[in-house]
Amino acid sequence: MTAVTSDATGTPRWLTPSPRNWRLALLIAVVAIPGSIWLAPGNVAFWISFVAVSAVTLAVTINAWGRYPGPLLVAPAIALLFVMNIFPLMWSFGLSFFRFRVNRQAPPRFAGLDNYEKILTDPTVWDRLQTTALVVVFTVAIQMIVGFLLALLFEKEFPGRRVLLMLVLTPMMLSFVAVGAFFRFYYEPTFGLLSQAVRLFTGEPFILLKTPAGALAGIVFADAWMWSPFVMLLVLAGLVSVPKYLYEAAEIDRASWWRKFRTITFPYIRSLLLLALLFRTIEAFKLFDIVFLITDGGPGSSTETIAVYVFRVSFQFFRTSQSSALAYFILFIVIVLTNLYLYFARQRSQEA
Amino acid sequence: MSTIKLQNLTKRFGDLVAVNNVDLNIDAGEVLCLLGPSGCGKTTTLRMVAGLEMATEGDVFLADKRVNDLTPSQRNVAMAFQFYALYPSLNVAENLAYPLHADRLSQADIDGKVREVARVLDLTDVLNRLPGRLAEGEKQRVSVGRAIIRDPNCFLFDEPLSRLDVQLREQMRGQIKEVLSGLNKATVIVTHDQLEALTMADRIAVMRDGYIEQVGTPHEVFATPSNLFVAGFIGTPQMNLMAGTFAGQRSGSLRLKTGEQEIAIPSSVPHAGLTEGGRVTIGIRPRSTELASEAGDDTLTATVDLIEPMGAETLLHLSDGDRDLRVVVDQDVMVRVGEQLHVRPRASQTHLFDQNDARIA
Repeated sequence: MTAVTSDATGTPRWLTPSPRNWRLALLIAVVAIPGSIWLAPGNVAFWISFVAVSAVTLAVTINAWGRYPGPLLVAPAIALLFVMNIFPLMWSFGLSFFRFRVNRQAPPRFAGLDNYEKILTDPTVWDRLQTTALVVVFTVAIQMIVGFLLALLFEKEFPGRRVLLMLVLTPMMLSFVAVGAFFRFYYEPTFGLLSQAVRLFTGEPFILLKTPAGALAGIVFADAWMWSPFVMLLVLAGLVSVPKYLYEAAEIDRASWWRKFRTITFPYIRSLLLLALLFRTIEAFKLFDIVFLITDGGPGSSTETIAVYVFRVSFQFFRTSQSSALAYFILFIVIVLTNLYLYFARQRSQEA
Repeated sequence: MSTIKLQNLTKRFGDLVAVNNVDLNIDAGEVLCLLGPSGCGKTTTLRMVAGLEMATEGDVFLADKRVNDLTPSQRNVAMAFQFYALYPSLNVAENLAYPLHADRLSQADIDGKVREVARVLDLTDVLNRLPGRLAEGEKQRVSVGRAIIRDPNCFLFDEPLSRLDVQLREQMRGQIKEVLSGLNKATVIVTHDQLEALTMADRIAVMRDGYIEQVGTPHEVFATPSNLFVAGFIGTPQMNLMAGTFAGQRSGSLRLKTGEQEIAIPSSVPHAGLTEGGRVTIGIRPRSTELASEAGDDTLTATVDLIEPMGAETLLHLSDGDRDLRVVVDQDVMVRVGEQLHVRPRASQTHLFDQNDARIA
């Protein structure tokens, strides 16, 4: 630490003005930014903060130039990650302990665990969680079954397999908005494909999204359509990893189809199935886009999943801090679910 | 009767002919080894018997029944795979019991058979282990056990010992031979290891490039190889094969010329196919020689290039300038590099092959 003090003048090195003295720049920024926010009008404070941050960045960059090329190269990515992800995450976590509305001028007031208490006692939250659970159970079950059957189909070589495989994988690569819009038109009562098809038989237009059950089915179908290929891809990877000679040996040993599946195929795909189940459960739990686009939570609030509810609380009711608390509550549930799965997966693999 | 009969069996993969017109008969209780270098079609032949490959042409008969159109499970064959093909998620007992489920036996019967096979193959202590936690030799025994636990039409073994170390291989050779001798089934063993074939087989079929070159008892293929390939393939160290010409028949012996040297081989049989000056290949096994104290009518002269002690015997690499000659002598024969030796092939153990590589004598 002796290197910190400089030679001739006796002033410490971190106070010597120099383009590479990032410590000094940081010190100025730490003083200048809160000071300007406190004292200066908004637009002036913004520019002062901007200049301060730029100066720190510049000083750090000049200091690291040539000396730490590795850290310098990853720094932009880390900075972006911090600004776009980590900082908002921590900020919203902090907010969840305050009383704050983003559309009011009032500064945040500390509220302790009030927000958490409010959401945990809110019957709406539990109702939305039930809706979410319904969607999760149905969509994940259908995805697993359809994905699995598709994988069994695509395991075999047949003409046109590659092209068909590509087509089957397309839904997964579409954007949520495209899928949502597509199914919205698909279920549309007057010219939608589904309604038209039903009208051929009944003569009446068919409004799928009219009833709560129909709307739920519509959402589940759209989500399953989009994500079954993902399950298929994982299962297919497991299926092709089974050595062919095991099937040959089983054939020699006159094993039935079911026995082959149970003793050879399934052990190879079990861990991948669990992985697919885990991914899809977490994703389905956070399901927002498709619901928002197809039913917007309707009819009534019968298909409003917890994610849609969070959106409403934060951007329609503008209860910002309460929605932060809710978001962290959901994160907690997802983490618990994840760890449960991992626990079971690990236990199974230890048995094997 | 558990027999295997192959008729004109042919397998083509596109332009490649893997197995070409193979005819074989294997009787009940007989062990036949398919022996050949890798890629000679021996495994393909075995897989066609098992039904894992469909024959392009020709027929497979098991127990006198044509089985070409039957699936492997319908053919009722037992097979041990080269990589053992143990079911990784099942323990040893379940692996052994696997082929029995198709017979719809009671659990008690299955357990009894598993215990019996485990006892014969010395697997009793590892019955509860998964294949991943077995030693290589144990895996191999489980794969054999899974084959012998039921009562099939025939037994097929694909390179059963190729993944074992030398010591274990010797031990298992004897064990498999013993187990098979009690079963009275037609058995085919595929191997590239001639020692394995010579020790375990009742008959050996030597294959090359899809063709069967020779079928015979281990003694026959060793003592009277039907062509140059079999002669060179069977026997270690490899037989000395020297190009030469026929120099006439005289007083009960054939005179042959190889390079500058002439050698007389005692033979009473007149060889009509040979003309004077005709090209022949002379085959002399390194162990079918003795050292002579001085040059004679029936000796070859060469100098020692290299000495390889092999324990009980010593392998000498000799050379007369153009030709190499390998000779095995007793360990107590002392020679030095550079020394000139006179080698006398043992009477009636010299092989002669004509221009088409076929055996003459």
